[in-house]
Amino acid sequence: MGAVYRARDLHFPNVTKHVAVKEMIIQTHDPTVRSTIVRNFEREANLLATLDHPSIPRIYDYFTAQNRSYLVLEFINGKDLEAILDEQTVSEEQIVRWAIQICDVLHYLHNHQPEPIIFRDMKPSNVMVNQHDRIILIDFGIAKPFETGQKGTMIGTEGYSPPEQYRGEASQLADIYAFGATLHHILTKQDPRIEPPFSFSERPIRKINPNVSPELEAIVFRALQYNPEERFPNALAMKEALVTLATHKNITTADLENISLVRSDGTTINPYWTFSCTDEVRGSATIYEGTILFGSYDKNLYALDAKSGNLRWSYQCDGGVVSKPIVVDGNVIFGSEDQRLHVVNLRSGRINWTQYTNGPIRSSPYYAEGHIFIGSDDGCLHAINFMTGRTTWQLESGAAIRSTPVVSEDFIFFGNEMGDFYCVDFKSNVKWHFKAKRAITSSPATANHNIFFGSVDGNLYALNNHTGWVNWRLRLGKPTISSPFLLNELLFTGATDGNIYCIDTRSAKIVWRFSTEHQVTGSPIIHKDRLYCGSVDGNFYCLDSHTGKLIWKYKTGGPITATPTAFGDQVYIGSTDHKFYSLSA
Amino acid sequence: MRSILDTISAKIRSKRTLNGLKIDEHKVQPLSIDVHSNMIVPYLKVGFAQSIGKQREHNEDSLYVFNTTIISNNILSQFGLYIIADGMGGHQYGEIASNVAVRTLAKGLIKKIYLPILSSLSFPDQNTVEEIFRETVREANREIIHFAPGGGTTLTALLILGSRLTIAHVGDSRSYIIGENGNTKLLTRDHSLVNRLVELGQITNYEAAVHPQRNVLYRALGQGEPFEPDINTTTLTESVYLLLCSDGLWGTLPETEMINTVLASQDLQATCNTLIDAANDAGGSDNISLILIKHSGE
Repeated sequence: MGAVYRARDLHFPNVTKHVAVKEMIIQTHDPTVRSTIVRNFEREANLLATLDHPSIPRIYDYFTAQNRSYLVLEFINGKDLEAILDEQTVSEEQIVRWAIQICDVLHYLHNHQPEPIIFRDMKPSNVMVNQHDRIILIDFGIAKPFETGQKGTMIGTEGYSPPEQYRGEASQLADIYAFGATLHHILTKQDPRIEPPFSFSERPIRKINPNVSPELEAIVFRALQYNPEERFPNALAMKEALVTLATHKNITTADLENISLVRSDGTTINPYWTFSCTDEVRGSATIYEGTILFGSYDKNLYALDAKSGNLRWSYQCDGGVVSKPIVVDGNVIFGSEDQRLHVVNLRSGRINWTQYTNGPIRSSPYYAEGHIFIGSDDGCLHAINFMTGRTTWQLESGAAIRSTPVVSEDFIFFGNEMGDFYCVDFKSNVKWHFKAKRAITSSPATANHNIFFGSVDGNLYALNNHTGWVNWRLRLGKPTISSPFLLNELLFTGATDGNIYCIDTRSAKIVWRFSTEHQVTGSPIIHKDRLYCGSVDGNFYCLDSHTGKLIWKYKTGGPITATPTAFGDQVYIGSTDHKFYSLSA
Repeated sequence: MRSILDTISAKIRSKRTLNGLKIDEHKVQPLSIDVHSNMIVPYLKVGFAQSIGKQREHNEDSLYVFNTTIISNNILSQFGLYIIADGMGGHQYGEIASNVAVRTLAKGLIKKIYLPILSSLSFPDQNTVEEIFRETVREANREIIHFAPGGGTTLTALLILGSRLTIAHVGDSRSYIIGENGNTKLLTRDHSLVNRLVELGQITNYEAAVHPQRNVLYRALGQGEPFEPDINTTTLTESVYLLLCSDGLWGTLPETEMINTVLASQDLQATCNTLIDAANDAGGSDNISLILIKHSGE
């Protein structure tokens, strides 16, 4: 038990000299234990007094008064890595710079004369960064001179400790391992104290944070080898690897900027074709028998030849089209901001019938049981008979419905802009209702009796589709309106924190995440083991769906809010640059 | 065995207001009656037993069983909570730690999950069961640090809500799910150093059983912060046995013997007694606690 105080040294009355006073309260009344504690404290003081390194705090004095012992140390104006980790994301360059300094100080300690010193408690909270961006190691409480072959008791911080520490062995290679564990913690933000011990190799850094370079990952993993002899032989060897990476990284950083139009195999990405509208394309496309169908804010629904991009027909409404069309029995069905549901002949593009709602339609239709289900900004879910074009019923939900309804196991699921989520039967009876804190714009996806959707309240929800009970919910960084895409046990979605997430639906754990440079408001799709998703940063991304690793990205002229469509070897996406693209999948 | 399955949705249908809000039937299970036996399904039955063993002077295990069914208004709602905590330390703090863990967890879960169900037959949807579970296990951890400084305990708790099973787990007590066909799955992962070394392929199962550090846990309640229990949820679709036990049982009896005894069960309580006797006959080197649950599935 104890604390660290910031104190002023009154030996210098005319200036303000701050020192850190580390206090240790001795609670035991047992005189033997008491003298051991005091001896350990004095050992730390004496050890520090023999050390002279810019990354080790200077010691000014020590004393014991009654049941308290004190060390008077150099005051460090800065923060420890654990605090930094909680507050911000640190760039790889910064981490490499710090890591090189840590290797320096470990090398100094391990080569101390007459005896090497093992720090034995390397962890983020024992590493400070001062105002000059210099690393300072603190807490030498359990550091001790190394006596070859001698067994000690098991101390140190579990989670960061190497396997041999359980056997009571501690050498400089233990510090290398704990330093690797510290780097792993910083790079992944996964606290090893709450993970199984020695599980670093099961949690590869780049699987958790794909932004880390493979070179840095390799260095950290070498430090974390189970067998001490497979680690870096000493801190200097590890420093050399880091310096090589730093030098190399200046080159690769420049290369990363150029990745945009280039595949990893060096070939350039060129669209097969592009199609220009006269306003933004924010909606998603549907492909049906070689025809690609999508709406635009220029009030048209377009039907293009999917292979060539040639216009087959366009159909004009009185409002923008953001609704994703569906095809039923040779008819194209979609909603428009002109408040109507439109049904158009797929071959000719001629109107078949329309039906009014009382508000703009931004939801997309769902067809089941001879009916079209669609939400509207009038707050109602509309069930419209496909044969007659008549409204069978409309269900008032209390707020605009922009989420697309989905039908599963004879029930209809949808959310609204007040955060209400409903399960209703085909007769419009509400089976259950769930309330999120903010809007549910995300369209639900369903699998294994679960219904998944995101909310502007920043959560991703998994509800039981029979009961509406929350099976789990996962807090994402920011609100989400992206619609989840499900594949096997995995869920893929975007969020306004700029990330594309892959989540294991069984455990609600994040498998990987990929950071784009702006919000992700569109939804991802998976096609042949690749994930395709647009971002408001204007890029269209192609990632490896297993790892979240970037395969290529393509820059469009404006933010992308649409969801892509893929078929065969082509992937299609619209952008707010008024264009619709066909790219090679 | 086909049952008359009258989903009560017809009865409660359409209580919605203008906003389409307010309806509670999703909070409960449909009730069904078996025509032949007039027995209500699904059912939830339990047996349990505990023994100090043959070599220990103290019993540091604590156990908690809470098995309830409410049938009202044609609505069946089942809630079961089963906890085993195995205290560590050898001195009296081990007993206090397991005692505090079981009581704190039971009190918290009954208050935060069960009482809301009783008062309105509704389910607290602001926090999921998992979140409440996690929060309450953490609370138990803090209570132990406060009341039993230096003491530690394992904690494995099963919470059954209808057909949903949520497990919170820390330490090396175990929970098995055993299907009627004998298919068995271990639902928990031992947080022990030797189990970790086995997982890493550093030692064999045999070496683990005789390892000098086989009692060293890397995660337990009462050992400080940060602290994170394993929490998992599964749905029980078929009729299964759930066996919850301390290492006094699984560390003494071979897994096949435990499973075969359970599968041969005619009466859950008698089976529990049989298993305790078997563990004591095999040496009874540690305290033994077990809870055996039979869940009929959906």
